[in-house]
Amino acid sequence: MSSDYEFSDEEGDDVFDDDDMGMQDSDGDGDDGMDMDDFKVAPKTTRKAYELEYDSLTQASIEKLMEKDVEHIRGIFGVDASTAGLLLRHMSWNKERLIEKYMDNANKMLVAAGAAVPEPEPTRPSRRPTRKAKSPPKSETFVCSICFDDAPDLTPLALDCTHAACTGCWSAYITSKIRDEAEHACRCMAEGCALVAPDAFVRAAVDDETYVRFQELLVRHFVACTPHLKFCPYPACTNTVSCPAAASKTSLTTVVPIVSCGARGMSSASAPAASMTQSQELVRQASGKEHKFCFGCIIDSDHRPVVCGVALLWLKKCRDDSETANWIKSNTKECGKCMSTIEKNGGCNHMTCKKCKHEFCWVCMGPWSEHGTAWYSCNRYDEKGGVDARDSQSKSRASLERYLHYYNRWANHEQSAKLALDLFAKTEKKMEEMQITSALTWIEVQFMKKAVEEVDKCRMTLKWTYAMAYYLAKGNQKDLFEDNQRDLERAVEDLSELLESPIEPENIPTLRQKVTDKTVYVQKRNTIVLEDTADGFLEGRWTWNVTVDGFDGPEEA
Amino acid sequence: MASIASKRLAKELSEIKSEGCPVGILLLQADDFSRWIFSIEVLGDSLYQSEVHTLQFRFDPQYPISSPAVQFVVTDGKEAPIHPHVYSNGHICASILGNEWSPVLSVIAVCVTIQSMLASCKEKKRPLDDRMYVRNAPENPKKTQFEYHDDTV
Repeated sequence: MSSDYEFSDEEGDDVFDDDDMGMQDSDGDGDDGMDMDDFKVAPKTTRKAYELEYDSLTQASIEKLMEKDVEHIRGIFGVDASTAGLLLRHMSWNKERLIEKYMDNANKMLVAAGAAVPEPEPTRPSRRPTRKAKSPPKSETFVCSICFDDAPDLTPLALDCTHAACTGCWSAYITSKIRDEAEHACRCMAEGCALVAPDAFVRAAVDDETYVRFQELLVRHFVACTPHLKFCPYPACTNTVSCPAAASKTSLTTVVPIVSCGARGMSSASAPAASMTQSQELVRQASGKEHKFCFGCIIDSDHRPVVCGVALLWLKKCRDDSETANWIKSNTKECGKCMSTIEKNGGCNHMTCKKCKHEFCWVCMGPWSEHGTAWYSCNRYDEKGGVDARDSQSKSRASLERYLHYYNRWANHEQSAKLALDLFAKTEKKMEEMQITSALTWIEVQFMKKAVEEVDKCRMTLKWTYAMAYYLAKGNQKDLFEDNQRDLERAVEDLSELLESPIEPENIPTLRQKVTDKTVYVQKRNTIVLEDTADGFLEGRWTWNVTVDGFDGPEEA
Repeated sequence: MASIASKRLAKELSEIKSEGCPVGILLLQADDFSRWIFSIEVLGDSLYQSEVHTLQFRFDPQYPISSPAVQFVVTDGKEAPIHPHVYSNGHICASILGNEWSPVLSVIAVCVTIQSMLASCKEKKRPLDDRMYVRNAPENPKKTQFEYHDDTV
């Protein structure tokens, strides 16, 4: 039954292994068995040109990486772990520079990192800032210099610098540093003292919740300092992705580093799974999308095939221009002589351009002098003057039209992608219907769901191909690109239509065959577009009609 | 933690009352622990001779962990001194009121710092961006991100 439409070997990542939340490299091995029958996954043998190698890391594994670095520095300098940590944080986790500078002047480095007190006498590097109070002379009662409290049961507390304050003040101070300022380096409270509270001191001063936040801040700082690491931008997600291939700015002109942190959906959305109906479950899966984002830029969705620089250029243009352009197009005309854009907001058709004083007719755009005495009613639409004027106007509109052409298609696919949720629900209904009206089982109607997912994915690709095509320089390469784009678009629209078509019980076998075939075809076309574009970037085949960061300037035509 | 603030301010107040303020500084009003008013005057040889200005302190419950909001009073006919770090709306650009604030500092310490800031001034003029700043300034000077660049005055 299943052998006649195995289209799974086209696709590396299988859509059904939702359980596989963890690492990327562990490919779905079908442990959830039943719905795997139709779509077997060929073991991932080769990476496609548009896929990058990356790893998803949890907060715990980042902490391990940090520990490793700390351990390394500790071994070399012979300092304790806490000091090594302070040094590394101070040097933004750049081990090479730290070692160089430390070897140059260890004491200076320790003071700068807030790990030692600047004193005229040389501080021993191994000296550890303790949280033990350097108690002030016992004879007089301790007065906290912060709250001015002098209660006898007050415990004075100080870093190595002996600037003592009471426990309550320390706790309030460090908590406010961590919670309000998101600062991981808590310096001594005394004026001008740069000593940083070591981790153990922080641990003792704050409650558990704040300490967890403190550790999170340390991890964030580490990730921010490491070019090949990036945080998952999805809300409440704490995973990190490591992608060395996209760590440098220059690599972003040749690859589109779309990665996924491995988690799905929102961590808070955890309704009891048992109470969910099939349809609710489907909606949840659709909204519980993979945390896919671009490693190279701030776009938190898949913008393949186009590279970050061009994608950002396009987004910026759309933000700035699209609405204005639409308005200009529908509300204004250009003066036939000086091409100023004119909005007619009242009055008769006899227009006088404010700029060049050209007099013309708003209706036919021809010069007003030809209108003779036919005031206020224009019947000269076909006269030569009017035709010429409209001609030149249409030329100046061409660039606007060109932009709107690409923008509308881009927006269209975006809109369709937004409607994907509805389509999911609708498809689910159809699948249920099919089970009732035909002998097919639930497993056997999965081809519908697969098709919908494929359409969604391809629309994403299509959307961005329009951004790319807008900026591609004219030439054979662009023609080829647009051919591929057209083929994919046609295939996607055909498949969409099939999915929307009504279901007659007697047609189901044919429909199923058709949908399955089309899905395979669409997948292939999508791969071709992505692969060819990615190869093009690697080979430096694409040229642009504007200046794009990291690329050669536009060629003069 | 509000108790720390009131305890601390009570202590500072009693110290001021018992020991008095440094010369040129006078406590005008301290009815509660949210707003204190001082008068400040530069004594001796300076550009601000015989000028008396009014300085206002506002405290939030996080004081002294967080700095007080300090500014010159510019209402009721009072004016801010003309100084390269004092804006015409009374806001003061001084690092100890921002990122260099330390809980060890006190109200009197701030007064003395501002007094000496005036005393060491060599040219009476407003900050370069005074008009721009005053037009868009937040009500509370603590909400402004000052750039501290000039330590000489």
